[in-house]
Amino acid sequence: MDLEIADTQRDGWTVVRPSGEVDVATAPALRDRLGEVADDGAARLVIDLEDVDFIDSTGLGVLVGAVRRARTSEGDVRLICTNPRILKVFEATGLHEVFTIGATFDEAVAGEG
Amino acid sequence: MVAEIVLEIPPRLDYLAIVRLVVATAAALDPPLPESRLDDLRLAVTEACSNAIKAHRPEAADEPVVIACHLDDDLFRVDIHDRGPGFDPDALASLPEASDPRRLQHESGLGIPLIKVLTDDVTFRPGAGGTVVSMTLKRPPAPPI
Repeated sequence: MDLEIADTQRDGWTVVRPSGEVDVATAPALRDRLGEVADDGAARLVIDLEDVDFIDSTGLGVLVGAVRRARTSEGDVRLICTNPRILKVFEATGLHEVFTIGATFDEAVAGEG
Repeated sequence: MVAEIVLEIPPRLDYLAIVRLVVATAAALDPPLPESRLDDLRLAVTEACSNAIKAHRPEAADEPVVIACHLDDDLFRVDIHDRGPGFDPDALASLPEASDPRRLQHESGLGIPLIKVLTDDVTFRPGAGGTVVSMTLKRPPAPPI
């Protein structure tokens, strides 16, 4: 099963939007895309999970790696997610405390200029 | 009523989506698990099956990973058999707390904790021929006839 990944620019943030299921088979594609975006100099990332209907621990690990890279470059990663199925996984792992998660782009980047 | 549904897959990660689909479909048989528990099952099975595929010994590449779903009146159990060397789940290092900045150094290690949280019971039985992970979720009572 393929994972489609689109990215756009908005208000100084790079918005990466994967679509599909992020599991151990597809997460490497997301890791690669996030790496390319970081290599292009984008330290402020929004990852929009609204079109993701499944995520496993490998997918979560990719997001953790993206946060670490961004914060090392004095940037950050914010998430957009309203899907209870996905939010539950963040809560089950405690990672909802690691990420800033908003229901919209504006909510996700709130507090940033 | 007792039923068993057995799925055999090559030890390849791109088969995980099929495993999720088959196992969740089996668990949706009447009386179905509630939707939120089906989500728990999909994720727990993905984690266990992913571990099984990664643990599968290269010399056993022609042998399948076996996923067996057992349904009885009260329980849904799925057993995942691999041909790996086995491991001790209690020996796994725990991750730093989410509030600890060192947490960001760890991109893996969430699979087994997730399985434990998402299922009602899980056992790991390592043996000479491989490991069997058994995960159980309670089924809702059948509606009266």
